[in-house]
Amino acid sequence: MSLLHLAIISPFLFAIFVPFVFKYFRQLHTGWFVLILPVLLFIYFFSFISITSAEETVTKTISWIPSLGIDFTVKVDGLALLFALLITGIGSLVVLYSVYYLQKDKEQLNNFYVYLLLFMGAMLGVVLSDNLIVLYTFWEFTSFSSFLLIGYWYKREKSRYGAQKSMLITVFGGLSMLGGIILLYLMTGTFSMAEIIQQTNGIITHHLFIPAMLCILLGALTKSAQFPFHIWLPDAMEAPTPVSAYLHSATMVKAGIYLVARMSPVFAETALWVWLVAGFGIITLFWGSFSAVKQTDLKGILAFSTISQLGMIMTLLGIGGAALHFDSVKDSYYTVATVAAVFHLINHATFKGALFMVVGIVDHETGTRDIRKLGGLMPFMPITFTVAIIGTFSMAGLPPFNGFLSKEMFFTAMVRVLNMDILNMETIGILFPVIAWIASIFTFVYSMIIVFKTFTGKLQPEKLKKKPHEAPIGMLISPIVLASLVLAIGFFPNVLANTIIAPAVAAIMPDFTVDVHISFWHGFTPELLMTFGVIAIGFLLYKTYPKWRAVYKIFPEKLSLNHLYDDALTNTERGSRRLTNSILTGSSRTYLLYLFVFFIIMLGSTLFIKDAFTFNTSNISSIHIAEVILAVGICIVAISILFVKSRLTSIILLGAVGYSVSLFFVIYRAPDLALTQLVIETISVALFLLCFYHLPKLKKREERISFKLTNALISVGVGAIVILIGLSAHSNKLFESISHYYIENTYKEAAGKNMVNVILVDFRGLDTMFEITVLAIAAIGIFGLIKLRQQGGKKTENK
Amino acid sequence: MRKIDTNDMLLQVTTKITAFIILLFSLHLFLAGHNNPGGGFIGGLMSAGAVVLLLLAYDLKTVRRILPFNFIYVAATGLLVAILTGMGSFLFGAPFLSHAFDYFQLPFLGKTELATAVLFDIGVYLVVVGITMTIIQTIGEKE
Repeated sequence: MSLLHLAIISPFLFAIFVPFVFKYFRQLHTGWFVLILPVLLFIYFFSFISITSAEETVTKTISWIPSLGIDFTVKVDGLALLFALLITGIGSLVVLYSVYYLQKDKEQLNNFYVYLLLFMGAMLGVVLSDNLIVLYTFWEFTSFSSFLLIGYWYKREKSRYGAQKSMLITVFGGLSMLGGIILLYLMTGTFSMAEIIQQTNGIITHHLFIPAMLCILLGALTKSAQFPFHIWLPDAMEAPTPVSAYLHSATMVKAGIYLVARMSPVFAETALWVWLVAGFGIITLFWGSFSAVKQTDLKGILAFSTISQLGMIMTLLGIGGAALHFDSVKDSYYTVATVAAVFHLINHATFKGALFMVVGIVDHETGTRDIRKLGGLMPFMPITFTVAIIGTFSMAGLPPFNGFLSKEMFFTAMVRVLNMDILNMETIGILFPVIAWIASIFTFVYSMIIVFKTFTGKLQPEKLKKKPHEAPIGMLISPIVLASLVLAIGFFPNVLANTIIAPAVAAIMPDFTVDVHISFWHGFTPELLMTFGVIAIGFLLYKTYPKWRAVYKIFPEKLSLNHLYDDALTNTERGSRRLTNSILTGSSRTYLLYLFVFFIIMLGSTLFIKDAFTFNTSNISSIHIAEVILAVGICIVAISILFVKSRLTSIILLGAVGYSVSLFFVIYRAPDLALTQLVIETISVALFLLCFYHLPKLKKREERISFKLTNALISVGVGAIVILIGLSAHSNKLFESISHYYIENTYKEAAGKNMVNVILVDFRGLDTMFEITVLAIAAIGIFGLIKLRQQGGKKTENK
Repeated sequence: MRKIDTNDMLLQVTTKITAFIILLFSLHLFLAGHNNPGGGFIGGLMSAGAVVLLLLAYDLKTVRRILPFNFIYVAATGLLVAILTGMGSFLFGAPFLSHAFDYFQLPFLGKTELATAVLFDIGVYLVVVGITMTIIQTIGEKE
């Protein structure tokens, strides 16, 4: 176990101690204890920067299930390190923020921090694992720790609804991803990501390649809340705000992004991948930003904004994948998209984390998140306002913040799509820059709504639950740190360029040499003009928002994806209940019907398909007159059982059948069987008579068996099938009987002349032993049924 | 079995004789099993038949006095005998339920074949008697 493994497992180990700390150190907020870990981890991962920026990787392995090729392999490269730093860095800030956000007396802090630590460990595992099965394990761990965190206030119905929704959707994707992983294993014979990437050229024409790609992509799309699976994210906003800031903006929703980036070297050489990733991304980008504008809840806006920004990163990764398509275009012309994706990933984590914390502060200090009730908070909360300005302007893509830089690069990449002469991009590709531009306008609009509707305008004190005032300093530290990062990255982007972005891009595109240089000023390029357009039209739209708000009402609620999801859920439940009720009627007649129909269909069709029915008369012995008489007699008796009116008659007729069978045994020279059959038949007839005697007098009607055509058909069918199988089996004796051995050895080996008895007690004595056990159990059962039924009532009465 | 008020002298006297004949027949069936039709199973059923006849002619209490067994124990003993016979072969390093036989010179019977399979058959016999009587007595007692 190396230090790296320990780093991944340490949150899980730490989580064990959290409840003890919570219970025995009540005066200390548990968060302070938890805070130690992410800070230490952040420092530890920071020390890897010198290694990864030299384009080297660190790999450590401990074996877990070596016989299945599943090893806990940890690999640190540029991409993994970027995510690990985000997870631990923002993790530390979120824990610090939560110390002030959650009150130690009113909340179940032990639950909160255990879930949070589980999530942190799982997320580190996802980004650092090289083995796909280990990655999948941690992946599901993130799903259900997120489920626990969303449902943290489990007494609220909405929390439970959101938790269930996110669980169903992400686990659906996770399972499909597992399918994809298994398909990859079938193609390459390994679970190791590094080895799969090496084999890419060999598997690209494999017939499982496309299914594997689709399965894995489904996992990534659901986790990263891409259209149409984005619906869980807005409902996940019922979680405490630190959770929303951490999971649903900076880390978990980026797990899908990570997976797409990680898998790009494997899949991106196919056009389908580029189209799917970029296509879903651009739709999500537009739909997220379009929907964000109509929200009235601040966290709702941020949720849709996250969806849209994730779509943007996804688009960039898809377009960046196009660079892998042809080996001839290995220049930085197309790789700019990947660089932009990584850069925006970092930027989004910083400003979105800050914005969530700002919203949390507003909620905490005023008691509401509804923008219709908020307004005019600027004089009361100057620091929060400043942070909000920085965050939203960066999100909208305004200079001099970091969002401006990544948005410029995004536009650059989109414009270059037009020049791609591959993958049919030159025709439909025009849609990419157009949609991206429109989406950016909406992004601008909702960014302005967040900051100006909340902080400017008139204060409405009568609508607020509390008198607004500035948040405590501890709560402000984390958003201030993030906002400073937004500024710092905005002004000095190249500090990041060679240390973090370049290694990450190198990990996504292993064969490329990418020169990452982020410049503030490109000259008068189309992208700059696009940004001016965004600002101008965005400002206009923001000002006239009340006039065109009615647009959102055109789209009916009934067709929304949420409605679709709810309908699907209720209809599935209703449908399966209806199905169950219609099949499982509770009547054993119906079940017998199923059994027999199944019997007829399966055996009949097998006989028919295999053409198995044969009839061979060569080994049939001659028929004796006594057998004919007996057979006719037994048939008459058996058939008349069906038509007699009285039950007593049918019992006696059944006895007649039994005695005729014993006569058959006599004819076929089986004395032991005949003797036993006689005695047993007598006993069972006596027992039948006993049952008959005790039938209840009420409702006892002597009736003929009513005739039902289906029953008649089925019984005739079963009989016919059994006869056919018997005849066929008899006609095909595959090998000689083993009875010669018994005939020869009964006396020699076992000193008996009665072969039946010798077989029963000597050759096959074990069967007999268990048959007498069966008899004993039956006797005890009868004894227990009768005695305990009589005594059971008395005993309970006595007690 | 309900209490019978009428005088069943004829039935009871014939039963006294017949029961012994049936018991002897069942013993014969049991012992002859190795070489002729018969064996533990049918022998046990026949013995139980003799007891049933007694039950019909007399009543449950009388039969209980004559045969003071708990028939569940009889069945259990039978199972135990069968299993122990099977395990006995372990003593000689043979697999479970390996039977052996040999011929012995016995005081009254002369040269006789003794086989462990008969021990096993005794187990079967006891189980069959035990369960048949348990079932019949339990159902008969219930009211």
